[in-house]
Amino acid sequence: MSQTTAATVAHANDHALDHGDHAHGHHPTGLMRWLTTTNHKDIGTMYLWFSFTMFLMGGVLALGIRAELFKPGLQLWHPEFFNQLTTMHGIIMVFGAIMPAFVGFANWLVPIQIGAPDMAFARMNNWSFWLLPPAALLLVISFFVPGGATAGGWTLYAPLTSQMGPGMDLAIFALHILGASSIMGSINIVVTILNMRAPGMTMMKMPMFVWTWLITAYLLIAVMPVLAGAITMTLTDRHFGTSFFNAAGGGDPVMYQHVFWFFGHPEVYIMILPAFGIVSHVIPAFARKPLFGYSSMVYATSSIAILSFIVWAHHMFVVGMPAAGVLFFMYATVLIAVPTGVKVFNWLATMWRGSMTFETPMLFAVGFLFVFTMGGFTGLVCAIAPIDLQIQDTYYVVAHFHYVLVAGSLFALFSGTYFWLPKWTGHMYNEAMGKTHFWLSLIFFNITFFPMHFLGLAGMPRRIPDYATQFADFNMIASIGAFGFGFSQLIFLAGVVKCIRGGEKATAQVWEGAEGLEWTLPSPAPYHSFEVPPQVK
Amino acid sequence: MSTVASVRLARAAGNRQLLVRLLVVTAVMFGFGFALVPFYEKICQVTGLRSLLQPDHVGSINSQIDYARSIAIEFDTNMRGLPWTFRSLEGHVSVHPGEMQQAVFEIHNGSNRPLTGQAIPSYGPALAAEYFRKVECFCFTQQTLQPGETRQVPVVFVVDSALPSSIATITLSFTFFEVNGAQAPAGVSTPVSVKAGAVRS
Repeated sequence: MSQTTAATVAHANDHALDHGDHAHGHHPTGLMRWLTTTNHKDIGTMYLWFSFTMFLMGGVLALGIRAELFKPGLQLWHPEFFNQLTTMHGIIMVFGAIMPAFVGFANWLVPIQIGAPDMAFARMNNWSFWLLPPAALLLVISFFVPGGATAGGWTLYAPLTSQMGPGMDLAIFALHILGASSIMGSINIVVTILNMRAPGMTMMKMPMFVWTWLITAYLLIAVMPVLAGAITMTLTDRHFGTSFFNAAGGGDPVMYQHVFWFFGHPEVYIMILPAFGIVSHVIPAFARKPLFGYSSMVYATSSIAILSFIVWAHHMFVVGMPAAGVLFFMYATVLIAVPTGVKVFNWLATMWRGSMTFETPMLFAVGFLFVFTMGGFTGLVCAIAPIDLQIQDTYYVVAHFHYVLVAGSLFALFSGTYFWLPKWTGHMYNEAMGKTHFWLSLIFFNITFFPMHFLGLAGMPRRIPDYATQFADFNMIASIGAFGFGFSQLIFLAGVVKCIRGGEKATAQVWEGAEGLEWTLPSPAPYHSFEVPPQVK
Repeated sequence: MSTVASVRLARAAGNRQLLVRLLVVTAVMFGFGFALVPFYEKICQVTGLRSLLQPDHVGSINSQIDYARSIAIEFDTNMRGLPWTFRSLEGHVSVHPGEMQQAVFEIHNGSNRPLTGQAIPSYGPALAAEYFRKVECFCFTQQTLQPGETRQVPVVFVVDSALPSSIATITLSFTFFEVNGAQAPAGVSTPVSVKAGAVRS
């Protein structure tokens, strides 16, 4: 039996089962191609463009925040609108930019890394993506309804959220839709990874990115429904007379925090575990050594995921928990440093005595390692309850989570983008532009967020439009850094567009030290790949 | 050829089975979010946390009246979402620790429809909450006022003599919230858990 015949049979079957695989060479063109596509590569591309658009939108809101904070006193916005800026910046970056970007990576990479022809449920994959634009639209519209967008902070704490205008309802609906999309995407990823691997690819031979996404997808399936429950309770409290969080009716606003952070803490690992996966590919490729301690990486990732379920209350040390509860959550949180440390040391050991070169993906990966670890350490500082009582809700916390989310998740996303971009587009990106993007990002990132540590320790509270004059200098520095960081991202956009349009032809291998099934495919990866599963030895 | 086809079919069936299982997990976790509500209420009940809207036990405290100390109690009244007036008749009182004291508040429904409200207490400084024992309080039940009705409602309380000596003044602040829709009867049968929310948020 020839390969072609096998592939044709496979297509016929796909068609019968999914009613949607346009694999016969007659794709719809133009907009319809993208609306109806069930191809994992098309969908991955759309996810990435969507998340980049949201990243710019969330970035503009962040610049609105930093512009206001450039000087003490109220300069540009009313305090109410400032609160909307901080809230929507958080919601858009978390749910619109970082999470969909990782799902985009998963769509592009998981099938070609495990030797599968596509995702397990190609039609559902299309739905998962096309739920996102309506949700984004709801978030944008919410700025223009009476009372404006929700301003209760991205955590949507009661009782603030019980008192907001209709913008809050729009945000709740948007989060429901984004959550449904995430759950569908995650189910798809779990099924693809568990059922569609090429023959010979055992679980412990899976690439690290696939492993981290498998665990992330399980986390998402476990906690996104809890968030959906929490915001549904908020919605019924607002409109249907229930009193889950309404003190007057016998509810408890603090309970909202418990329910939210049961979702919220695993969520922070949802946003970082795939980043760990990406870095675990980039560092070995440019150190030209296999990943040090592969199996310990797998176990460390799993431990982080499991521990993430028992640390939620470290976000709420000041609500008045009994001391025993505070101590439990403090120790459990500090325990997470152990598996995280295993990972960091494994990456360092991978680089140790490697033949390293520093192309843009490696620069971002090393930058990730350096700056993310700093964010990890400030996380440990925050985890110590007596210290947290002092720095709770100050800029120290803002500095901490931007070190792990921007320099962690975002830098890993950039690293992965530069790493796989030649495989996606068939062209090499412009190395000079990539390096400029990296150095400007790294420098401006630190100019923006490093001073926030000092601001927080000095007692500047977060989420306020005005501040005491002793905070003025550091705020001015941070604002200058923020604008530099924001505009540096346009270099990334230009570099990616340039790479799509043309450039030096990429080979199949692309990077000398890269390993994995995706590098056996030609560049750009063909529209249909691994129709006949490869044999993994 | 047929083997490829049957492998594909078998795989599709396996995928679907896993899909159903994961959807069940999703549904269970959605329910779990709601199950946390009674779960936390149970925890609060068992551990005795957050009993703000229930009579406090005074049997355990020192019943010796400490005449050497006087604590100023200031009453503060607030209204949220209710067209009522709400005031304290005393404004402030001075008590000795261990001494039983009554204060009276007046609520008046100035609207033309019957309305139900629930008062939520909070304390300043927040630390004082655990030493301020309410034996009887209008905040233990919902208050329903007919149009134009005026009602005087009492609070009977004891300040525990274990109150730290640094506290000389306690502000007791009540906020009346409108109660509408189906509500749990506050403070009567269900263990109510509002202390941290009302005091600290």
